[in-house]
This record gives sequence, structure tokens and C-alpha cells, in this order.
Amino acid sequence: MLEIKGLRATVADKEILKGIDLTVNAGEVHAVMGPNGSGKSTLAQVLAGHPAYEVTGGTITYDGEDLLAMDAEVRAQRGVFLAFQYPVEIPGVSNAYFLRAAYNEIRKAKGEEEIDPMSFADLMDEKMQLVEMDPAMLSRSVNTGFSGGEKKRNEILQMAVLAPKLAVLDETDSGLDIDALRIVANGVNSLKRPDNATIVVTHYQRLLNYIVPDFVHVLAGGRIVRSGGKELALELEAKGYDWLLEEAIA
Amino acid sequence: MIESYLRAFERTSSPAETAAPDWARSLRLSAITRFETLGFPTTKNEDWHFTSVAPIAERDFELLAPPAHGVTAAQLAPYSFGATDWHTLVFVNGRYDATLSGARALPDGVTLLPLKRAYDELPLVVEQYLGKIAEYEGQTFTALNTAFLDEGAVVHIGAEFEVARPIHLLFVTDGNARNGTAQPHNLIVLDRFAKATVIETYVGLAQDTYFTNAVTEAVIGDGATLTHLKLQRESEKAYHVGTLDVRQARDSHLVSFSFATGAALSRTNIYTELRGEGCGATLNGLYLGDGEQHIDHQTRIEHAEPNCYSRELYKGILDDSAHGVFNGKVFVHPRAQKTDGKQTNNTLLLSEKAQIDTKPQLEIFADDVKCTHGATVGRLDETSLFYMKSRGINARTARELLTYAFAADVLETIELEEVRHGLEAATLARYTQRV
Repeated sequence: MLEIKGLRATVADKEILKGIDLTVNAGEVHAVMGPNGSGKSTLAQVLAGHPAYEVTGGTITYDGEDLLAMDAEVRAQRGVFLAFQYPVEIPGVSNAYFLRAAYNEIRKAKGEEEIDPMSFADLMDEKMQLVEMDPAMLSRSVNTGFSGGEKKRNEILQMAVLAPKLAVLDETDSGLDIDALRIVANGVNSLKRPDNATIVVTHYQRLLNYIVPDFVHVLAGGRIVRSGGKELALELEAKGYDWLLEEAIA
Repeated sequence: MIESYLRAFERTSSPAETAAPDWARSLRLSAITRFETLGFPTTKNEDWHFTSVAPIAERDFELLAPPAHGVTAAQLAPYSFGATDWHTLVFVNGRYDATLSGARALPDGVTLLPLKRAYDELPLVVEQYLGKIAEYEGQTFTALNTAFLDEGAVVHIGAEFEVARPIHLLFVTDGNARNGTAQPHNLIVLDRFAKATVIETYVGLAQDTYFTNAVTEAVIGDGATLTHLKLQRESEKAYHVGTLDVRQARDSHLVSFSFATGAALSRTNIYTELRGEGCGATLNGLYLGDGEQHIDHQTRIEHAEPNCYSRELYKGILDDSAHGVFNGKVFVHPRAQKTDGKQTNNTLLLSEKAQIDTKPQLEIFADDVKCTHGATVGRLDETSLFYMKSRGINARTARELLTYAFAADVLETIELEEVRHGLEAATLARYTQRV
């Protein structure tokens, strides 16, 4: 589904990603871990097409197509979804309106009919239960005045509604208490299908107790320095990142 | 030009020409004298620093004659946003139009009259307040308006009475009014514990040059609440100066909203004096400009007594070469301890040539107060744009939605549903039809 080769990226002329190789197949969950400043979030943003990150080398092939040639909205329409580490507040646009606009644009891009408001309301009812969200949140402005946990749940709600093929969760666990973490993880797990894939970007192993990865990759200094199975995450939890960084340098 | 107004004054001020009682005629006389002395302000005048009124001052405007062709109710329907149960007085080209006006069965204690009838039917209230709230000593346009005091509306709500539906004062300029001027003057009086919503709408039905110079005086009695909405939707070639001058008594509340989207050049003044303890004033507004439009707002809140609050949120969206001005003055007098004031002005610029001059002015002479102000000027937020695009929303739709959302944020504060929905729809349409 996704093949990243030799990916290099800079932000504000500073090179952050220095040659990433990563292959993700349908049905898989990949965890990308690493210390602060390792480039985890940059990788997530580059996948989603954030204009502030400039790709200076390498390729990303998604479903056989050049992902880097697509605008951010086209990527989303083709099924790429980024759950933001810091979801953006948009005062004046209701959550319901925003979600329906996004949902319909994605349908339009697939050549499908727009959904009518009634059917959309039913869909929302179902998906909101998944993330245990108060229906009143729908009429509020997108993320505006939401608590940290509410914002993250709102990201997973969007993911549930838009049903992406490739979901990238950028430190979705940061700032969450254990209850919110469990709700978010349950949401992600119940959306897992054989034909979609998830990349979980996280600093802590904690989230991986709930979202069990098939593969774990450690990012350091803009490169993947170690890949392994889920046991690698436990090793990192026990030993920290330093031993890997030392090995990488040595 | 000043001379043309002086000549017009000579023509229109004989007892035969006006319904005004003697006291009002002498008010007019002293106002024209003051106008002649003051002349039109230049940009050297601090209050007009960012707004040149030369286009108004250099033209000769004729006092508007009654329209030759009737304006129809159907033409005016959009300006009530589909509501059919408002209490409406319509003025066409500055003249009261009884046929188009429809003051539905008014509740007890409520009087709504054109000024000419109010002289006879509500003499005490009119004489007590007319010309007494909106001072014209230093205000050229108020002096000019008062000099031609003749038409307008008088609203009186008796003590403890409440009008459920809004009172709508609709000032229309039609296609027969080119180079004319209307000088409407309104008076709104709420006695103690009264409650009312008054909407003033100014619209141009043809794309002509004309000049509206309006003054509204309002008195809000003890514990009374006035909601005042001013909707300025003049012709794009028109000039508009409009002043709302309010005096608030103890525990009274003013909720004001100014929506300004019309006119080549407009200046809206919203002034209130909090003259008793426990008052609240909420002044919100939205200005939308494009082309070469110049849209100026000046607000002034006088905190004269302790324990009052004021809240102010003005937002604007300017495109093309539009020029916005916001000057918000808050004066806290030495007596006005525990004043709680907050003022915000945010402007979104959609083009390189659009500009805003924003000038918050807090003058605080009491030592135990909480007053803040803030102003932002900016373009659409790139992070928000990316967030929307990352959800599949195309770039153009994202820009449009964010532009609309910027305005919707302040429109949401309008309590009256028809107006809120109407302005939201108009704003959405405006920013989603454009590239």
C-alpha cells in the first residue's frame, strides 16, 4: 500500500528526515517510535502533505501512485488520514458542517453521490458512540474550547467517519489520561480492517498496550535505526532510547 | 458644500415648511449655526484621522424629494429576512411612507410613531430628549442632521413593558434619489425595566450616489434592556454617516450590533454613556468591504459610574482595495471603580491592497478596574487551511469556509434568529461565490 524510499525532508531549510525507507502493507499496524526531535512528526506531516515541509529526496508510492505529486486534499480523498498531534481550532465552523463537507468531498472525488443530511446524522450517531462523544459536540465549532482529550477523540471521530485506507496517528496519546487513551485506542482498533493500514507515531510504549503493532520502527536523527516486532517497543520501554542512539552512532 | 446646506436650511425652515414645534425650530437654528461654524472635519481632526470626508464635503446634495415612483413591499421584503410580524416604519428617500409601514398591533405601553406625529402625540417625551442625547457641539454631522430635524421615528416603551417582536426602522433610498441627502433622526426611549429590540436598516435600491446622515438617540431607563441592530446596506456609490448615541441609567443594558457592508464611504458611530451603577454594554459589529470601499467605525463607551461592564467585539473582512477603520474609545471616569471592560478588533485581509487602521483607546482614570483590549490583523491561517485540506476539503472550499467562519464567529452573537440566520446566509453566499 505504502512504500517510502530514501525520503529526505527539510523544514525551514533544516534537514529533518535523512533517508527513510518504510513499507506498509494492507492490514498492518506500524508503530514509529523515537525520542523528541527524531523526525517522527515530520514523517507524519510529510505523508499528509503539509506545505511547510519540503521533500528534498526520495519517493513515496501509495497504491502504485506518486503520493508526493498529490496535493494534501487529493491525498485525503484517496484515503490518507492524519490524526493531528495538535488538532486545529476552527471557530465559526460547526463540527457537523465540517465533517459533512469533508465526507461529501471525499465521496465526490470517488464519483459517489453526496450524502443527505438525515443519513449523515445516522452515520454520526453510530460513530460518536464509538468514541464515546457527547452529541452536543457536533454543533460546537471544530475543536474550539475542546479539552485535550476531546480534541483527540474528535480526531478519531473524523477518522471513523472518513474511513481512510491509511491512517497516520501523530502522537495521538500525548496529553491523554488513561481513560481517554483507552477510548481512543478502542476507536482505532474497531476501525481496523484487512484492507486498511495504520501508522502509529508515538513517544511512549503505553499506547501500544492498546493498539498492538505488527511492526515497530525506531526513528532517530532522521533515520530508521531499528525495526522489529512488538517486543521492540517493550525493550524500548525498559531500556529507553539511548542504547539505540549509541549503537546507531557507533 | 456647506453653502448648499445653508441655502437648503433657509428654504425649509419657515413655519409653513415644517411640522416642528417652536422648541424644535430653535434647536434646528442653533444646530445649523453650529454646523456652519464647525464645517466638515479634515483628517487633521483626531476623530477623522483615517477617514477623509472630502467626497461628501465637496458635493452638493439636495434634500431628497418624495419618490416619484412608489417602492413596493415586495422590494423591501428581503430586508426583513422573511419575517412578517415585525413592527415596521418605512422611510423612502428620507420621507415617512405610511403605505409601506406596518406597525402591527402594538402591545400596551408601546408607542411607535413617525417624528412628525410624535410632536403632537408624544410631546413630553420628545421635548424631554430630542436633541439632548446626541450632542452636536463638536460633531459636524450630528449638527447637520439636527439642523434638518424633520423626519425619523420615535419609539417609546413604557415602564415594565416589553415588545416581543422587533421594531424595524427601514430607511430606503430608491432610484429617484441621485445626489440627494436624507437626514433621518430617531429617538428611542425605554422607561424603567422596559425591553425592546430595535433594528435600523439602511438600504439603497439603485446603484446611485446619495448621502444618508442619520442620528439615533436612545435613553435606557433603570433596569431596562435595549437591543439595537444597525444594518448598513447602502448602495455601493452612496455615502453614509450614522450615529447611535445612548444614555444608560442604573442597571440598564445595551446590546448593540453594527453590520456594515454598503456604501462607498461609511462612518458608523456607536456611543454610550453608562451613567448608573450595574450597567452593561455589549458592542459588536461586522464590516465587510471590497472594491474601493471605505468603512469606518468609531465606538465610545463612557464608564461614568462603578460596577459596570462593557464588551466589544468588532470583526472585519476586507478584500480588493477596501479600507477599514476601527477606533474604539473606552473612558473610565475616576468614580467608575470595578469597571470591567474588554475590547477586541480582528480584521481579515483577503488581498494585498486591503488595509485596516485600528486604534483602540483606553483612557482610565480609576485605579481599581479590569480593562483589556486587543487587535489582530491577518490573513487566513495556513494551519487551519492545511487541517481542512487534510480532511479532503479542496483548497478553494477551505478558504471560503474559513473566511465565512471568521465572520460567523461574531454573527453568532446576534440573538434575534431571523437576523442572525439572514446575515449568516448573506455572508456565506458572499464568500462562497467568489474565487
